[in-house]
Formats: sequence, C-alpha cells, structure tokens
Amino acid sequence: MTDNTNTNSFQKQKNKEEMKKQLITFALMIGFTIVAFSIVATNAMDKMFAVPLLLILALIQVGFQFYYFMHMKDRGHEFPAMMIYGGVFAALLTIAALVAIVWW
Amino acid sequence: MSHDHSLNPETMPQEPEKATLEGKNKFLGLWFFLGGETVLFASLFGTYLALRNSTAGGPSGQDIFGLELVFLMTMLLLTSSLTSVYAMYHMKNNDFKKMHLWLGITAFLGIGFLACEIYEFYHYITDFGFTFRSSAFGSAFYTLVGFHGGHVVFGLSWLIALMVRNAKRGLNLYNAPKYYTFSLYWHFIDVVWVFIFTVVYLMGKVG
Amino acid sequence: MSIAAAQKKGFGAFLWDYLTTVDHKKIAHLYLIGGGFFFILGGLEAMFIRIQLIAPENDFISAGLYNEMFTMHGTTMIFLAAMPLLLGLMNAVMPLQIGARDVAFPFLNSLGFWLFMFGGILLNCSWFLGGAPDSGWTAYTPLSVESPTHGIDFYVLGLQISGAGTLIGGINFLVTIVTMRAPGMTYMRMPLFSWTTFVTSTLILFAFPALTVGLFLLMFDRMFGSAFFNVALGGNSVIWQHLFWIFGHPEVYILILPAFGVFSEVIPTFSKKRLFGYTAMVFATILIAFLGFMVWAHHMFTVGLGPVANAIFAIATMAIAVPTGIKIFNWLATMWGGSITINSAMLWALGFIPSFTIGGMTGVMLASAVADYQYHDSYFVVAHFHYVIVGGVVFGIFAGLHYWWPKMFGRILNEKLGKIGFWLFFIGFHLTFFIQHFLGLMGMPRRYWVFLEDQGLDTGNFISTIGTFLMAIAATIFLINIIYTAVKGEKPAGDPYDGRTLEWAIPSPPPYYNFKQLPLVRGLDPLWIEKMDGKGKMTPAEPLGDVHMPNGSILPFAMSLGFFVAGFGFIYQTDHQAWNLAIFVGMGIALGSMLIRSLKDDHGYHISKEELEREAD
Repeated sequence: MTDNTNTNSFQKQKNKEEMKKQLITFALMIGFTIVAFSIVATNAMDKMFAVPLLLILALIQVGFQFYYFMHMKDRGHEFPAMMIYGGVFAALLTIAALVAIVWW
Repeated sequence: MSHDHSLNPETMPQEPEKATLEGKNKFLGLWFFLGGETVLFASLFGTYLALRNSTAGGPSGQDIFGLELVFLMTMLLLTSSLTSVYAMYHMKNNDFKKMHLWLGITAFLGIGFLACEIYEFYHYITDFGFTFRSSAFGSAFYTLVGFHGGHVVFGLSWLIALMVRNAKRGLNLYNAPKYYTFSLYWHFIDVVWVFIFTVVYLMGKVG
Repeated sequence: MSIAAAQKKGFGAFLWDYLTTVDHKKIAHLYLIGGGFFFILGGLEAMFIRIQLIAPENDFISAGLYNEMFTMHGTTMIFLAAMPLLLGLMNAVMPLQIGARDVAFPFLNSLGFWLFMFGGILLNCSWFLGGAPDSGWTAYTPLSVESPTHGIDFYVLGLQISGAGTLIGGINFLVTIVTMRAPGMTYMRMPLFSWTTFVTSTLILFAFPALTVGLFLLMFDRMFGSAFFNVALGGNSVIWQHLFWIFGHPEVYILILPAFGVFSEVIPTFSKKRLFGYTAMVFATILIAFLGFMVWAHHMFTVGLGPVANAIFAIATMAIAVPTGIKIFNWLATMWGGSITINSAMLWALGFIPSFTIGGMTGVMLASAVADYQYHDSYFVVAHFHYVIVGGVVFGIFAGLHYWWPKMFGRILNEKLGKIGFWLFFIGFHLTFFIQHFLGLMGMPRRYWVFLEDQGLDTGNFISTIGTFLMAIAATIFLINIIYTAVKGEKPAGDPYDGRTLEWAIPSPPPYYNFKQLPLVRGLDPLWIEKMDGKGKMTPAEPLGDVHMPNGSILPFAMSLGFFVAGFGFIYQTDHQAWNLAIFVGMGIALGSMLIRSLKDDHGYHISKEELEREAD
C-alpha cells in the first residue's frame, strides 16, 4: 500500500477528470428526471407508451447511479456487481410473481 | 498496521477506503448487504404493485399524488447523491475539510427531503383521510415509502454520528472506509427513490 | 493471551468470556449449544405429535395444543435447530479450511449468534405466556392474522430477530471467503464445505429479505391495523404465500447445501481418494442455488395460479434433480475403488445416500403439478420433506459433528456409542417416515389432530410412532456420548483421520489465532499434497510476525437483549399502552449499543512474535 501514493499531480488530474464525468452523469440524471415528470405532467402520451418509457428512463438513471456514482464500472467491483445482479435476479422474480400471479 | 494515525497527503494511498483488510471487508460487506436490500425493496414494490388498485372505495393514487412536491423531493435527493460524490472526491484528494463540508450539505439535503416526506404524509392523512389503515393500497403505499424514509433516517443518523465523531481527528485509514460505505448506502437510497417516484408517483398518476 | 488467562479464573470469567467472545471457534460452540438445545426441544414436540397419533381418536393432548406442537416443531427445527447447527459447523470449520485467522467481521459474527439466540428464546417464551403460535410453521394468512392469542406475535418478532442474525452471519461468511483465503487458496482449490458455505450464504442474502418483508406485513396487520391480508379492504392473502415461499424454498437449500458440503468432506477422507468430479460438484452446487430461486410456487400448485405458472414451476423443480443427481453419482464414484474406513461419520454419510435419494424421488413426484393435487397436504408430503431434511440435513449434521468433534472440542467421540446411535436412528427414521408415504397415499391429511378407526391408518401410525422412539433413544445416546467423551474421551492429535484439508494441519483444538503463519496452498486438498510430497506439513506463506486479533465485546449481547425487550413491547402494546415503554427501553438499549460501537474505536490487539514463538506447535 505504499507504492500508490497520491501526491503526484497525475492522480489529482485523474480524480478531477473522474469528477467531471460524475457531473455529466448528474446532469443527464436531472435531464431524465425532468423528461419523466413532464411526460406525466403534460399527459403527452398514452399510458401504453408512457409506462414503459418511464421505466426505461428509471433504469438508465439507476445504471448511472450504480456504474458512475457507486463506481461499479471501476476495477475491483466484480463481486459487488455479481451480488447486485444476483439481487436483481431475485428481485425480478419476486416482482414478476407479485404482479402476475396474485390476482386472477 | 499504523492505521490509527492521521494521514498526511504524502502517505495517502489512492483508495483509502480499501487500503486495509478491514476497509476491504467493510466495502464488500456493504455491497453485499445492498444486494440483499435489493430483494427487500423488491418485495415491498411487488406488494405495492399487487395492491395498488385495492383502494376499497377510498382515494386512489391518481386522486392524491401531487407531482410538484415529489419533483422537489426528487431534486433534493438526487442532488444529495451528487454532493456525497463530491465528498468522496475530496476524500481521495485527502481534503478533510472540504469532504466534511460536502457531507454537511448532503445531510442538509437529506433533512430537507425528510421534511417534505413528513409534510406529504401529513397532507394525505388530514386532507384526504388517506391512512395506513384505510385500504390495502394505503397500507402498501405507506409501508413502501415509509421503509424508504426509514432508510433515509438511518442514513442521516449514520452520517451525523460519523461527522461528529471524526470532526476533530481528520481522515485516516480507520475511518475512511466508514465514510465510503456511508456514501454507497446513500446512493442506494437514491436508487430506491428513483424507482419510487417512477413506479409509485408517476405511474400512479398515469393510472 | 487474555483468553487463556480467562479460562483459569473460574466459572464467572468463563461465562463472561463466552458472552463477549468474537472468536469464530467459540461462537461455533455457542451455535452448537443453542442449536442443540432447540433441537431437543423440537424433538420433544415431535414426540408429543407422534404420541398423540399412536392410536385412532387419541386424546393425549388437546386439539389446540396439538396445533401449537406441530407449528413449533416445524418452526423450531428449521429456524432454531438445523440452521444454527449448520452455522455452528460453518463457523468452526470454514475459516480453518480456507486458512484464515478469523472471519471478516468477528463482532458481527457474535451479534449474529446472539440475535438468533434471543429470537429463539423470545419465540419459545410464548409457551408460558398464553399459548404458542398455532397456524403452522408457514403461518398462512388469514388464519395467522385471525389467531386470537399472542402466539403469532411471538412467531413474527422471534423470527424477525433471529432472521436478522442469520442474514448478518451470511454476509460475514461471504466477505470472509472473498477476502481472507490463504495465499494460493484459489476458488477452485477451496474445499467443498467452504464452497457450500459460500453458496448457502448467497442464498441467505437473497432469500431472507423476502421473509423480513413478509413478517413485517403480518406484524403490521396484526398489531397496527393495516390491510395487506384483509380482503374486506382490498388485501390479498396470496401475497403472504408468495413472500413466504420466495424465502421458504431457498431456505431448504440453505439447509441442504451445507450438509452436501459435509458429505463431500467426509466421503473423500474416509475413502482415501480425492473427491470425484470436484468441478462438477462446485457447479452443481451453484446450479442448485440458482434453480432454487425459481421453484417456490411448487408449494402453491393448488392455490390456483393457473396452468402456465404451474407448468413453469413444475419443470424448474424437476430440473433440480439433475445437479442433485450429479452430486449423488460423484459421491458414489468417490468411494468406488477407494480404501474405505467405516466409522460413525462415514456411517452417517453412507446412510444419507439412499435416504436422501428416496426423498429426492418423491420430490420429483411432487413436482408434477397434476399429481400434486393428490399429494397436497397429505402425509405423503410430510414423508417427503422429512426424508430430505432428516435424511439429508440431520444426517449431515451428525456426520459433521462426528467428523469435526475432535477439531472443535479436542476429544474424539466414542465410536461404539456413535455406531449404535447411528443404527438406532437410521432404523427409527425409516420406520417413522417410510410408512407415512403410504398413509398419505391412503388419504391421511397432515396437521390433523386425530384420525378415525378402521380406515387402514391404525397400523401405519402405530409403526410410525415406534420409529420416533428409536430416534429419541439415538439422540439420547448421542448426548451420553458427548458427556462420556468430555470426561473420558481420547485426546486426538492434530490430524486423527489422516485428513486432506487445511483444518487438519493445525492442533486440535486450534489455538485462538488458528495459524501461527498462514499456510501456502499448492492445490486442492492442500494437506494431502504435502503428505504425498513427503513433507507432511504445510509450508508457511509468510515469516513469523505479529498477529492482529479483534477485541471481545459485550455489545452484541446487549444489542440483542435490547431487541428482545423491544420484542415484548411490540407484542403486548396492543393490550396496554404502558408496554410502549418496553419498546423505548429495548430500542434504547439496542440503538445505544450501536452508537457506542460506532463512536468507540476498536483497533484490536496484536500477539507479538515472541509470544507466538513461545507457544508450542
């Protein structure tokens, strides 16, 4: 743990670039949120289109959160990614069941 | 194993949160916990989706949800996610003061979010008579949103305890993982909120 | 250091040592004691059930008490006996097998145990406080919402607390295996018991949250007037069934996979051969876990999910037979041509194979949705799940206990008593449950208090009850064996069985720091490799140096006690508001302890190099 000291300007520069990416991510997230809210607020489209579109927007945002804000894109995140995807797998099954086969 | 000494920029490792075995363990442990939380919230979302039309003659989501407040809450929480990213940025640059400043803003935004949520619940209960007990939809709504709110409360308590405790001692390899895991937890709260505003409020409004 | 000193100081210090311990080996002892206690309790409940059913229209216990008995028997055996006993074995063995000095989160390890223990005690307090839960271990709504006593409240809070403990334990094991394997211990060199610990922990991580939510919903309905399961207000009771089984089915794999792991250690050791098809075993374990998440609705075939859903779940269920079959064949192939030693541990493993296979066959029968309409809620189902859980899990636990007893307690269990116990249990088990298949096919429903005379059920039930007595005698013999061994047992060398994996490379019982120097692992069955190379012991991977150890703490005990007190508050606040005080006090203790834990730095301590040098090998 001694070799990778961070006083050098290279590392600082890298952090800065990373932060710039984070800001772009944030701007996109805010953009998606505004789009999502305005779809609903203006009644711009039919329910059949609106609902899938809203879900897609949410998924993209969540992807940004995980991969950029939480650094899942970085190295050393193989296990976190595996466990999150494992959780998503169980989560999808749970939601599918509770949506599809509770009422009939 | 001199992890109880404060760091100076000369000896700062690149990823202070993962520089020790304890730190690595905490980092992975929290991630794995979030994997479990995914299923926890999925169960709550599933229950909500199953019961969203069970209004039992009471008000439905379409009747009561107001998009303005939800938009405000979303902005507060999304911004707080960014501010905690800023805090971690300053942690990596070993700038403790700036890190605490950004964490302070995060806490402030979190409290703002919570205040809005309390107001929202109060508004539903007094103005619409829409409570936890009025219908299965009510129970599911308050449980889902309330669980998220509970996570916000827990996250805030965590953050405040962390900030008070370390205010005078600066950043070191012992507390860096604690800050980092908090930020992960806080982002996850935001992830859940993205689904709440989409699935509960926006889809509820669409019908 | 502190631990060795404490043991000389008499009972008070000894007790304090165990209350505050964060050593995985001592936590394993605690799990075994706690799980063993509840196992006896659950066994007694089983005896009450069988004695009631020994003759037609018996009135040994009342109908209400009978309901409480079978509910508590199931709940206790699954949550409070089988799981903790397995967690105990995992705690004792897994860190040694991967060559670690402790687990990743020693403090949380202790917290996990105490949460389980207090949850279990809370649940069992219901016996003395107005009646135990009485709507089956599955607690189906609306029956469980309407149940008039506080029994179900105890069920909800008790399981919530102990479930949180299990979840913590699962995360702890996962992180331990990811970050703390010894140098050279790659994933594909990990002993199979460590692999099953890993996969089981993943299942715990993804399955328990569904139970947590289900229990919360039930708690809110019973205590705070919500309407999740209240049909009049638009609720739906099938939600509970889904949430319960989304947890419940992975739960049975949480139970059986570690048992598979035990057999995969015992059979190679006593066949003097490496495990046949190691890679296939690993992937079969993962595949079982993966499929295990997609089959829960086979418990709900008769709910009326519709033909499409039933067909999907039926096929997924049958698919699980494939990886399980791979395992059975691999165990057989491991023994094939081996030089087999038959001792108690091996006997349990040998008894397991045919017994579990029968359970697996009936499982495939039950998986057929159309046929399940006949079997559903009959004794056929009872026979099936006892064949897999007793024939698989309990046999596995006994095999593991016999196998690792010397490693855990520094004494070898008596072989003669062990063998007598095995044969009595084996015969008793088949006597009890084999006949139940036919009782079920003849139409005897499960969970009924009495059956009528001359319907062809009398003899079968009588035989079944006799078998139970044999199992009870066998369990008693095991207890006698423990006491006998503690007093007169032979003290083993570090490696009494000529073992293959790392836990046998260190003394029995291991020193509290496990490995003086972390071992260098050169392949699968690392100790065996060194033996074959003529060295006989592990090569150290590091020079002798200071060892970092965690400090003990009473806080896990305090936190769990706090939740226990708060649990009573939640249960009784529906009767009187004053009980809210208990909630505040309990949560105060729990949250206060958490705060202390967060605010007080705990860096642990170091054992110095000199001290390590002084200790004999």
